[in-house]
Amino acid sequence: MHAKLRLYFLVVLIMGLGIGLILYKHFALGFPLLPDDKKPVWTIEAKIDFVARGDPVIVSFALPPQTPNIVIIEEDFASPDYGFSELATPTGRRAQWSKRSATGRQTAYYRARIYETDPIALPTVAADLPAEPGKPEFDEVLKTAATTLLDQVRSKSANTEIFTRELIATLNSNAPSQNQSLLLNEQSSEDYKTHLIINLLALEGISARIVRGLYLEDGRRRQSLTNFVEVYLGGQWRLFNQNTGESGKPENLLLWQRGDQSLLDVVGGKHSQISFSIIKNFQSTRNLVVRDSMNKQAGIIDFSIYSLPIEQQSAFKMILLLPIGALIVVIMRLLVGLRTSGTFMPILIALALIQTTLLTGIVIFLTVVGTGLLIRSYLSRLNLLFVARISAVIIVVIAIMAGISIISNKLGLDQAMTVTFFPMIILSWTIERMSVLWEEDGPREVFIQGGGSLLTAIIAYLFMTNRTIEYLTFNFPELMLVNLALILILGQYTGYRLSELYRFHSLERRNVSGKR
Amino acid sequence: MFLASAKKLRSFGIIGMNQRNFGLISRYNPRHLYPLVDDKLKTKLLAQQAGITVPKLLGTVQYQHDVKLLKEILRPYDQFVIKPVKGSGGKGILVITKHDHNLYFKPSGDAIQLADIERHVSNILSGLHSLGGKPDTVMIESLIQLDPVFSDYSYEGIPDIRIIVFRGYPIMAMLRLTTHASDGKANLHQGAVGVGIDIGTGRALHAVQYGETVLHHPDTRKTFSELVIPHWDKLLHLAAACYEMTGLGYLGADLVLDRDQGPMIIELNARPGLSIQVANYAGLAPRVAVIEALKTVDPDPQIRAAFSKKQFSVDSIIHSPRPQHTRSDDPDP
Repeated sequence: MHAKLRLYFLVVLIMGLGIGLILYKHFALGFPLLPDDKKPVWTIEAKIDFVARGDPVIVSFALPPQTPNIVIIEEDFASPDYGFSELATPTGRRAQWSKRSATGRQTAYYRARIYETDPIALPTVAADLPAEPGKPEFDEVLKTAATTLLDQVRSKSANTEIFTRELIATLNSNAPSQNQSLLLNEQSSEDYKTHLIINLLALEGISARIVRGLYLEDGRRRQSLTNFVEVYLGGQWRLFNQNTGESGKPENLLLWQRGDQSLLDVVGGKHSQISFSIIKNFQSTRNLVVRDSMNKQAGIIDFSIYSLPIEQQSAFKMILLLPIGALIVVIMRLLVGLRTSGTFMPILIALALIQTTLLTGIVIFLTVVGTGLLIRSYLSRLNLLFVARISAVIIVVIAIMAGISIISNKLGLDQAMTVTFFPMIILSWTIERMSVLWEEDGPREVFIQGGGSLLTAIIAYLFMTNRTIEYLTFNFPELMLVNLALILILGQYTGYRLSELYRFHSLERRNVSGKR
Repeated sequence: MFLASAKKLRSFGIIGMNQRNFGLISRYNPRHLYPLVDDKLKTKLLAQQAGITVPKLLGTVQYQHDVKLLKEILRPYDQFVIKPVKGSGGKGILVITKHDHNLYFKPSGDAIQLADIERHVSNILSGLHSLGGKPDTVMIESLIQLDPVFSDYSYEGIPDIRIIVFRGYPIMAMLRLTTHASDGKANLHQGAVGVGIDIGTGRALHAVQYGETVLHHPDTRKTFSELVIPHWDKLLHLAAACYEMTGLGYLGADLVLDRDQGPMIIELNARPGLSIQVANYAGLAPRVAVIEALKTVDPDPQIRAAFSKKQFSVDSIIHSPRPQHTRSDDPDP
């Protein structure tokens, strides 16, 4: 009982560890549980144009911040003959191109490929607290207009949020009052409006800042950033659309820059201009996550199969399927009670079937074993020593394989060429075993064991070629622990095998009739 | 119905393979004792030390180059049995009943030549029949003479008696009769008839072939109802004594009755099969439970055999009555 308890403890431990790791990888690292899981990846290209005046040129461009929700897969910076550096400033990352002297039209490109991860609630960063809003300076006329407007809005609102929304709505209303027109000015640009709103809010003692964002829409070109107002409300920043007053971050908005830093500075140039184009495509989530985790050097990924060279990885793809095959064999033998020739030979056949595809593989297997049996029965008459005979069988098997390959090639049957994937030594052993079995126990036993092996192999094959299982075993090697736990539990199974229900079925009848 | 319900089987006390491996073999048979029974030469030696009769050893062949000595070894004997020392399940056993110049005759009457025997011996030496394919030794034994009691019940072979001994107590017995289908081998899955034997009296209870009830021997047509095994007490005693001999808690003792020398042990098995339950129409589990409930194992095999006789006799245990003779049980004429 004690040993049993210990085993169950071990099983629970292993199972828990396995499932825990899988859940960690799924939820924390974002590994999808299904192979077809895809994520949209946005390719954003920013094109910077300006005209250089022949002086030293410095172009400084704000880059999107690396937030936990946005993963930047790769970034490219291109512009001919320019020195380039990426700077980390207190207000965010900036790209800087520089050149001793340039004249004429100049272009610089920035390209990023990004995707969004599932939003995880993050605690507000302490450093993100707003500064006390400074007192903005309006000239006398504007100040009067501003005060009047603010009084109006204040009278219609109950709290800061409503106040902000109401203020933006009022500024954007279709029938502007005199005050609004005065404040907004005729030539008002988006930037002007943003700053106006921020200033008005500052007058009211509310902290606000400018945020620039890019709407992610597939196939858009010549886009520019859209301004938003971010207001500090009840301990956190809230985003407001400055044209509609809607609050909250729109779904497809990429926040590019926060704060009053300029988006683009060009020293030594004029007519600077920036435009964005956006393309969307889909990529397998798994690939994205693996790449991202490798970059972040997440310990569990850094010390995983992904860190191996590609060639070894694909070898492991196969090896990691073996435990599934082992589980099938355990189930077939302990629960079903199928007899197989050689305990794990079915797995090897299944591996060969994976290479040859099912039907071809079975035909080849039967042909090789059948021919082999015929020849083996002749060899047995030659009176050979055992080791010599099995070696002879190996050579015969190879000859049969070569024969099958050549004939099928002549006949134009490409599939049969895959015969080489069958393990020759194992096949030879199978032939030898079966032939002895035939002599001693008769053909019936040969068919039972041969059929059992083949059936187990086919079931193992079906599981091992399942796309989802293949995906899971490779990307979640922790599954092996779960598998191990299952096998440990099955090792405790002392009930009847399915085949025994048949074997002992006559007993049941007798006991029923006996009671009558 | 082709499948029995697991619940019913359990209520009859039928033990399955998994249960046998887990609850009996791995619990009562320490691994290090296996060689004692897996190596038939060792078993033979042990049995002789314990004063148990075994078939006479005529010779052994251990190396390939000794195979050519076979002719010399075999010359004086007219009848003999060639066995792999580490064989299992009756594999690799060659029986020769008649020897005439260069021709050796199998029980079926087929004649083979010395070269065939040499090849067979060579195969055994290479480990073809041994567990795990390890190199093996060949032993040549005297042939057991069929006891006249069984002459009507066997075809081209010697029947043997399998007795399951649990912690030294014989708990179930079965007589295995050779048939034409089994090619003279006492191997149930090859078509030998298994006859459940009453531990109390040595009388036949019920017989099966291929898992189905039979009332007559398929070849000799002799009905089993009058079959009583002679020397039953002696057989039980011998089987019980195997416990001291090997230390194995769950073993199958294969015994035979020799016309001249009486009961003897031919083989012991550390992993006896479960067909004996079918032949007896009874499960092992209740009997195992009776023995497991005993606080101490009596050191005297004689007393243990007597206990089993009393305990597991058909009359003393609640046992369902003998099968009714129904039309469906009739063998085809």
